[in-house]
Amino acid sequence: MAVKTAIPQLTWTQVRPAPVVLVTGPETLLAERAIRSLRDTLKAADPSLEVNDLDAGDYAPGELLTLASPSLFGEPRLIRVQGVEKLTEAFLAETLDYLRAPDPDTVLVLRHGGGVRGKKLLDAIRSGAGGGIEIVCAELKRDSDKHDFARDEFRRAGKRITPGALRKVVSAFADDLAELASACQQLISDSSSEIDEQVVDRYYGGRVEVNAFAVADAAIAGRYGEALITLRHALASGADPVPMVAAFASKIRTMAKLKGARGADGQLAGTFGLSPWQVRRAREDLQGWEEAGLAAAIRALAAADHEVKGAGRDPVFALERLVRVVAAKGRTAART
Amino acid sequence: MSVWAELTGQRDAIAVLRAAAAADRPGQRAAGSGNAMTHAWLLTGPPGSGRSNLAFAFASALLSTAGPDGDPVTDAQVKARTHPDLTVLSTEKVIISIDEVRELVRSAQYSPSVGRYRVMIIEDADRMTERTSNLLLKSLEEPPERTVWVLCAPSDTDLLPTIRSRVRTVRLTVPTVADVAQLLTTRDGVDPALAEQAARHAQSHIGMARRLATNADARARRDETLDLVLGVNTVSAAVLAAARLLQIASEDGKAITEERDAQEREEALRSLGVEPGGTVPPALRGQLRALEEDQKRRATRSLRDGLDRILVDLLSLYRDVLMVQLSSDAALVNAERADELRRHAAATTPAASLAAMDSIAEARTRIDANVNPTLALEAMLVTAIGVGS
Repeated sequence: MAVKTAIPQLTWTQVRPAPVVLVTGPETLLAERAIRSLRDTLKAADPSLEVNDLDAGDYAPGELLTLASPSLFGEPRLIRVQGVEKLTEAFLAETLDYLRAPDPDTVLVLRHGGGVRGKKLLDAIRSGAGGGIEIVCAELKRDSDKHDFARDEFRRAGKRITPGALRKVVSAFADDLAELASACQQLISDSSSEIDEQVVDRYYGGRVEVNAFAVADAAIAGRYGEALITLRHALASGADPVPMVAAFASKIRTMAKLKGARGADGQLAGTFGLSPWQVRRAREDLQGWEEAGLAAAIRALAAADHEVKGAGRDPVFALERLVRVVAAKGRTAART
Repeated sequence: MSVWAELTGQRDAIAVLRAAAAADRPGQRAAGSGNAMTHAWLLTGPPGSGRSNLAFAFASALLSTAGPDGDPVTDAQVKARTHPDLTVLSTEKVIISIDEVRELVRSAQYSPSVGRYRVMIIEDADRMTERTSNLLLKSLEEPPERTVWVLCAPSDTDLLPTIRSRVRTVRLTVPTVADVAQLLTTRDGVDPALAEQAARHAQSHIGMARRLATNADARARRDETLDLVLGVNTVSAAVLAAARLLQIASEDGKAITEERDAQEREEALRSLGVEPGGTVPPALRGQLRALEEDQKRRATRSLRDGLDRILVDLLSLYRDVLMVQLSSDAALVNAERADELRRHAAATTPAASLAAMDSIAEARTRIDANVNPTLALEAMLVTAIGVGS
């Protein structure tokens, strides 16, 4: 996130009390953890802490002021506001007012899940109004990020895990960070000594989460066996046949567009409305593909889409046949 | 003016229905016309042959107390769909929902209030699923004495055998190009040359011909479609052409629905008491969402209809190519492109043209079965240009 800010931007582990704590980014798990740990810190400092929850999308005028005004006994307060990305006009106006003179005994937590709505408020906080901090909970997209996340989980708990075991856990729960986190917690609480591959196998053996694009990648590159195995893994971990065909279709469509096109990647990207990395990727994928093969693959795709949507008896068989045609780069299909 | 006057080229069907409306008239029962009337009818004919118009003319004649040619007052009420004894079920979505039919079956039980009959019309009866059709069976077989069912469908095989056996079928013919052109000239005041071209391009689909004759955009879109497909020769071009075809179809569909969508939303907001530009309270969002879902279903249908029109146009193109290749003297649909067609015909074989027509038919089936339209069009185009087959 390349936003110019006048306030510290921290990760979820570095959360600390401040008059205004802005929690941004789409990764709910991290945001929840940040807010929970903030609450625990405050509660430890003063057990009489008063905690209130608000929903910015369903906000009645005056609520914030009521909750943030000092009470008779002057106990510290924590106000957690959910859904700032859906904020109402009243909430915006009152929060901007509040930022001008924040209550010293109150910690205001604003959870913004992403999107352009509420930008005015975010900009105000980022420019330093109210003396806030921002906790950035960006989505962990790359495998290496998830790997780091899992390693930190074990490190924080003081457990040792072998690199191989770590890799296994991460690939078994590649889709959902919350699942990965709970799998790590399970391993941490159940094992006493070092966690090695055997332990992971005992808990999560044979489970690999792959997405549809991984299956398509393997098939397009001509790795038939690997494509079939990843297909089965994907289906076993909950992938649906219909989006699977769509993933194949989107890759093959890009390849077909670029078949026979000449020029620099950037220039082609402009012509076809693609991004440069898509062009580069598709050109690599096109190695060994013939015009006729692409045509056969496209026909197989349309047939498979029809079959997974009810024309065939067995959607999985339809997918396997599609994988066979694609992995053979369309050559066998011309004969059958 | 008789209610039957504006129906083009359906003399036989009109004769049957008019006799039915004439029979069973109190005091006028003609000898030998005892079987002319029945309680359930099915009008079949290709799209655009005027099935629903014929159904409404029949309804008009049945509801009118004046005679088998109807009277202007009843006819106006039927045209406005406000006649108290007329119930119409038509849909702008992909299928007719089961609840709509339940409601219809219930209202079939009422006796007529002003007319001689209660008329229940189901346009697009082919858009009922099997479960929905089964609901109708009992009511179709033994409706109350004065209730008449009129179903419309492209062909009788589109309906379940159990429905077919309970109705009397009247088949409509495809009107000739000359008939349709004549209608466009007299009714809509279209220039005769343009009317002939539009009727020919629409392959006698009356509604479509009217649209082509009166809307320059529709004509331009049709031309672009044919140019696009004739220009395709590589897989890359096929994929790009498929994307463009889909865009043309959705523009075509949007032209019809977009304005209505916005207006409906505004009306809904007004009736819910939300000021323009204000936020919708959470409690009312459900209602708006229901409206949006309805509109989305309508958009799906309208996109599919648009695609189907494009595919029919393409079918006419390859049909013409095939006619040239077989040296048939049948009239060309796209006579304006005769030179282009001849060039194309010389470059390919009749077998290739037939394969292309099969691929178009397959694409229509697939789009109907909810296959991703882009994919269906791509597969059709790569087959049509004969790559890798």
